[in-house]
Amino acid sequence: MKTDLKTNLKSIWARAYVRIVGANREPSWILSETVLPLLNTAAFVYVYKALRAPEEYIGFVILGGAMTAYWMNVLWSMASQFYWEKEMGNLELYLIAPISRMSILLGMAIGGIFYATLRAVVVFVFGSLIFRVNFFISGVVELFLIFILTMIALYGMGMFFASLFMLWGREAWHTSNLFQEPIYLLGGFFFPVKTLGYTVAMFASAIPISLGLDGMRQLCFKTGKTLGFLDVKIEILLLLGLSIFYIWISHYALLFMENLGKKQGRLTLKWQ
Amino acid sequence: MNQNFSTHTKTLKLASWLGWKMESNWADWWIFAVYSVVRPLASSMILVVMYWVIAKSGNAQASGSYNLTFMYLGNAFFMFVGNVLYGVAWTIHEDREHYQMLKYIFISPAKMYFYLFGRGTAKLFITVFAVIATIAFGMLVLKIPIDLSAVNYPMLVLVTGIGLLGIAALGVILAAVSMVTAHHSFYLTEGVAGLFFLVSGAIFPIEVLPGWLQKISLINPLTYWIELARRYITGEKMCQVLSSISNLELFFILTLSTLILVYLSVIIYRFFEHLAVQRGLIDRLTNF
Repeated sequence: MKTDLKTNLKSIWARAYVRIVGANREPSWILSETVLPLLNTAAFVYVYKALRAPEEYIGFVILGGAMTAYWMNVLWSMASQFYWEKEMGNLELYLIAPISRMSILLGMAIGGIFYATLRAVVVFVFGSLIFRVNFFISGVVELFLIFILTMIALYGMGMFFASLFMLWGREAWHTSNLFQEPIYLLGGFFFPVKTLGYTVAMFASAIPISLGLDGMRQLCFKTGKTLGFLDVKIEILLLLGLSIFYIWISHYALLFMENLGKKQGRLTLKWQ
Repeated sequence: MNQNFSTHTKTLKLASWLGWKMESNWADWWIFAVYSVVRPLASSMILVVMYWVIAKSGNAQASGSYNLTFMYLGNAFFMFVGNVLYGVAWTIHEDREHYQMLKYIFISPAKMYFYLFGRGTAKLFITVFAVIATIAFGMLVLKIPIDLSAVNYPMLVLVTGIGLLGIAALGVILAAVSMVTAHHSFYLTEGVAGLFFLVSGAIFPIEVLPGWLQKISLINPLTYWIELARRYITGEKMCQVLSSISNLELFFILTLSTLILVYLSVIIYRFFEHLAVQRGLIDRLTNF
């Protein structure tokens, strides 16, 4: 029997609510999620300053530094979350509830976006002000579209990883760990992705944030277009394709992994 | 006295063994070996690409001793900071919320302070491997000029040991703070490592920082540690701000500041442990 839309919407909100309210009940996160990440980004800014790089590179780092918030969130609060839930004993409760598993993932994503956005905004606004970044917005609508599509595709990718990691033990944790810096490198978080060469950049385009960052840089900086990898319109289309693909595949991956977990008796296996 | 010493040694030994098992036995040894070097290499390559981008565009006008060797070695040594801080501080979250074992360690004869040091040791060993692999990759693939015959090995090992003691003490301080915060202590560790990344002159010379940040850099023991490590590897004074200070003076500053840091870690740890016990936070779960 299919669950009605209202129940699923309620479960999305319920899963998001825990994160939004839970985070707000712990004021210490304001320091660890806002001020401290700005310092890390500042270190990369000073590398460019020490190299006396052109001004726009500082803006590239600020934008990349802000976007790290979402990648961290996708890795640690999406991809590895079902692993955590399994360890805590929540996963079986989700599975016996009369709801779509996708609504749980969506709720996690919405709650995660809430506090990742705060971190991103702080890094972006304060970073831009402190380092006096000059923006030259050449297309507001395109910029908005590219950001939204990047978020959908990125969190879709997070949902896909969450499904894949569901049955893993500590491998889930270590895989997330492994994906952090290599994706900063491949995604061009601190330099234009074009620098890596066409083939590597194409490969890196499977990570939505690579295309998203490249597109945003092209639309935000005067010289951005000359350092861009693909035309913005093509990037928007690719991001749209990635959004559909990741959400579609996460749905099937979730079903597959759940069935596999039932057969192998690994859905409630803890502390592996 | 002797009994205490024996208990602490045993705690250190067992915690290190436990940490090593937890870090390494989730995969085959070769997967684990690849895993241990991929992340550090990627973090170094980010800086290398940043350097190349500017160098290739012909815009790089970096002067003085600032070059790829400076950046690469500083970043390689800084890996110890991130990994050991994380290895020690994350223990609280892992044991309290994940394995839910923290309360049992608290009621055992083991002293948590030594237990935390022990858990950090496992990360330390993995990082030693990663740092050596990173430097080797730099020399062999990126052709970073390091003359291995000119390295002052005894002093490098001694200075690295002192620096690591200081980092572990910082890790204990963070672990202590983690006892009274929620599960985002992971981000706290990452953020604090970010702070040291900024003010330790690891990847850029501290002279490019504004005056007030330079002053913070100069009270940071890691600034002296990284500069000394670079000097004992290359034989050159690489940070201009510290160029008037001899190796011996730097060594003295590093040793003294590390001792102060270890002392502070004991005091701060006791304070937060007391607070956590008073507030009933030793077995709470916050992983939402």
